[in-house]
Amino acid sequence: MDIKAYIALSLILFCTGIVGVLVRRNAIIIFMCIELMLNSVNLLLVAFSKMHAVSAAAKASSTFAADAQIFVFFIMVVAAAEVSVGLAIIVMLYRNTHSIDINFLNRLKN
Amino acid sequence: MNNALQISWLIPILPLIGFLINGLGRKQLSKSASGFLGSAVVLASFCLSLWVFFQVLSGNTGTVQYFDFIHVGKLNIPFGFKIDQLSALFLLIITGIGFLIHVYSISYMHEESSADFAKYFSFMNLFVFSMLLLVMAENYVVMYIGWEGVGICSYFLIGYWFKNKDYTDAGKKAFIMNRIGDLGFLLAAFWFIAKTGSVSFDKVLTPEAVKLLSNFDITAITLLLLVGATGKSAQIPLFTWLPDAMAGPTPVSALIHAATMVTAGVYMIARTNLLYSLSPISQSVVAIVGLVTAVLAATIALKQNDIKKVLAYSTVSQLGYMFLALGVGAYTGAIFHVMTHAFFKALLFLGAGSVIHAMSGQQDMRYMGGLKKNMPITHITFLLACFAIAGIPPFSGFFSKDEILAAAFSRSPILWVVGVLTAVMTAFYMFRLYAMTFRGNFRGTTEQEHHLHESPSAMTVPLIILAILSVVGGFVGIPEVFTANGHQLNNFLEPVFRESNKILAVHPLSHTTEYTLMAVSVVGALIGLWVAWRKFSAYQISTAPETGLGKILANKWYVDELYNAVITRPMHAFGDFLGNVVDKKGIDGIVNGIGKFVNYGSRQVRWLQSGQVGAYILLMVLGILGLFIIQLFL
Repeated sequence: MDIKAYIALSLILFCTGIVGVLVRRNAIIIFMCIELMLNSVNLLLVAFSKMHAVSAAAKASSTFAADAQIFVFFIMVVAAAEVSVGLAIIVMLYRNTHSIDINFLNRLKN
Repeated sequence: MNNALQISWLIPILPLIGFLINGLGRKQLSKSASGFLGSAVVLASFCLSLWVFFQVLSGNTGTVQYFDFIHVGKLNIPFGFKIDQLSALFLLIITGIGFLIHVYSISYMHEESSADFAKYFSFMNLFVFSMLLLVMAENYVVMYIGWEGVGICSYFLIGYWFKNKDYTDAGKKAFIMNRIGDLGFLLAAFWFIAKTGSVSFDKVLTPEAVKLLSNFDITAITLLLLVGATGKSAQIPLFTWLPDAMAGPTPVSALIHAATMVTAGVYMIARTNLLYSLSPISQSVVAIVGLVTAVLAATIALKQNDIKKVLAYSTVSQLGYMFLALGVGAYTGAIFHVMTHAFFKALLFLGAGSVIHAMSGQQDMRYMGGLKKNMPITHITFLLACFAIAGIPPFSGFFSKDEILAAAFSRSPILWVVGVLTAVMTAFYMFRLYAMTFRGNFRGTTEQEHHLHESPSAMTVPLIILAILSVVGGFVGIPEVFTANGHQLNNFLEPVFRESNKILAVHPLSHTTEYTLMAVSVVGALIGLWVAWRKFSAYQISTAPETGLGKILANKWYVDELYNAVITRPMHAFGDFLGNVVDKKGIDGIVNGIGKFVNYGSRQVRWLQSGQVGAYILLMVLGILGLFIIQLFL
């Protein structure tokens, strides 16, 4: 499959994530949008990794490179850790404000 | 190094001690104590000066060094004194006449409170100290200390009655004008250091050292020194401070005009005679400055009515003669005139002080007259001084003036003609002064008339001593035409000016020419004397305003006004411009503008800090997009 399709999909996912973060006020949705952006990057990494593997095999001159795919696992692990922290924050937010609307977070301003 | 002269440091130190004691103890000392102390230290200096003079007379001259004053790298400026014929003579003049003036002051200043009295004597002592330092200095830097010292002392003393704004202004004027001149002196000293690496007279003023200097260097140095001399010795263009200096007490004027201060410029040029002799341009400039000053000041003196102003302008005029003598290479003549002038000018000022004292402070000659019978001693001594300054033989002024005029003639007859013209004017204004003051009828108030009295002996004794000196002082320099080898002063000073005389190759005038010159100047002076005597003996106050040339002269050629218009006012305007436009609008504008801009800018940027997380993220995304665009497309 053409690499361009992967790039396009990844771009769409990433932009969706950005727009979601910018326009939505619900903390959980924003959180999900961030995950979306992370995963679009993961997708891109895997796609490029596969592309390089194919071209390397064609030349038959080097071994299969799995660096990028290992990166993806790292990102997943970090994302999982981040989710646990983030969800904990959201729970605390709800306890304090009885809402998960991030506009209530502007209280630091004054 | 000469051991006998080693103790000459006592000469300037004594007045300095007097200054310190009188200055610090002015609240405690009684009047008689401070007056006695002030005079005694100068008298002690005078005795030491006499001793030094006789040492010098017996051929014991030299330079004594005490310690290194400045030692930086290769430059070494020692603190030392040069004792030779020239400085020994000046020491005698300064301390001798200075002492007489101190004694006179005790009586003249008796009305002051005792603190002011001690203050006066402390400044007088400091003045004498500075002048002694100036003439004894072994190099230009130590000389400069004395040079500045007399400047600051003149400021203190001219503005002695500091509660009067005019007087303090006169003091400031003297100081500022002197400072302008001092800059020239300082630059000349730097020039010496740059070219020869030394400022000691023994090192830079020798025929060998002079070879290090190009002709341009010599001319530049001598002209810069001349600038310094014009300030101190009140020559064109810096002469206007001296007449204003009359604001000080009269003995101060006598001290400034006779013993200290104004002769400093003459001394300095005479000290540097070798360089001037090597630079014909500088010599001509000195001669012309001197001559023009002499004529200009003499014309102004013709129309002044203040007794001290006339004397002040006559000093300026006589100093012009001295510069003329220096300019034509008659260094001995200049020093001779310094000496005789010191005698008769001190006498004239002290005599004028005696008159003013008797007239209860009145200085305007139009309200004097007929003082002859009330003040016999002052009258006789004053008359003798007038004869001396007018150049009537055999009074002292005749000999010195004749020597200068003869030297001027051998350089250029034009210089001589103008010089004689000035001499005629001198005779005229001095006898105008004399006749208006001492002859005719008394024109003051009756109160003043009752108060008229001869001054006490503390004032008249100095007058008598000075009168004797004014009469006989000229006999140390009898011209060759009268008696062979009669010019003792010339023989005495010969070692100082030896090198210059070699360069200048004086061609002596024939005896007939010299007699003719003498006859012409004496007859001219006598005519001036006679006209003034006739005209002003029966002077009556006229209210008619001066017209034409008389008005210009009475207003001193409008020199002060000219300086005001050309220098002072443009400087004020420039200062106002800098103050109001450049400073208030420009510099303040920039400083305040930066403040205002930051204030305004911050207020605008503040809206970005909205507290909305979404807004921050949006900005972040926009920023990243911007970076991408820059990275990818630009």
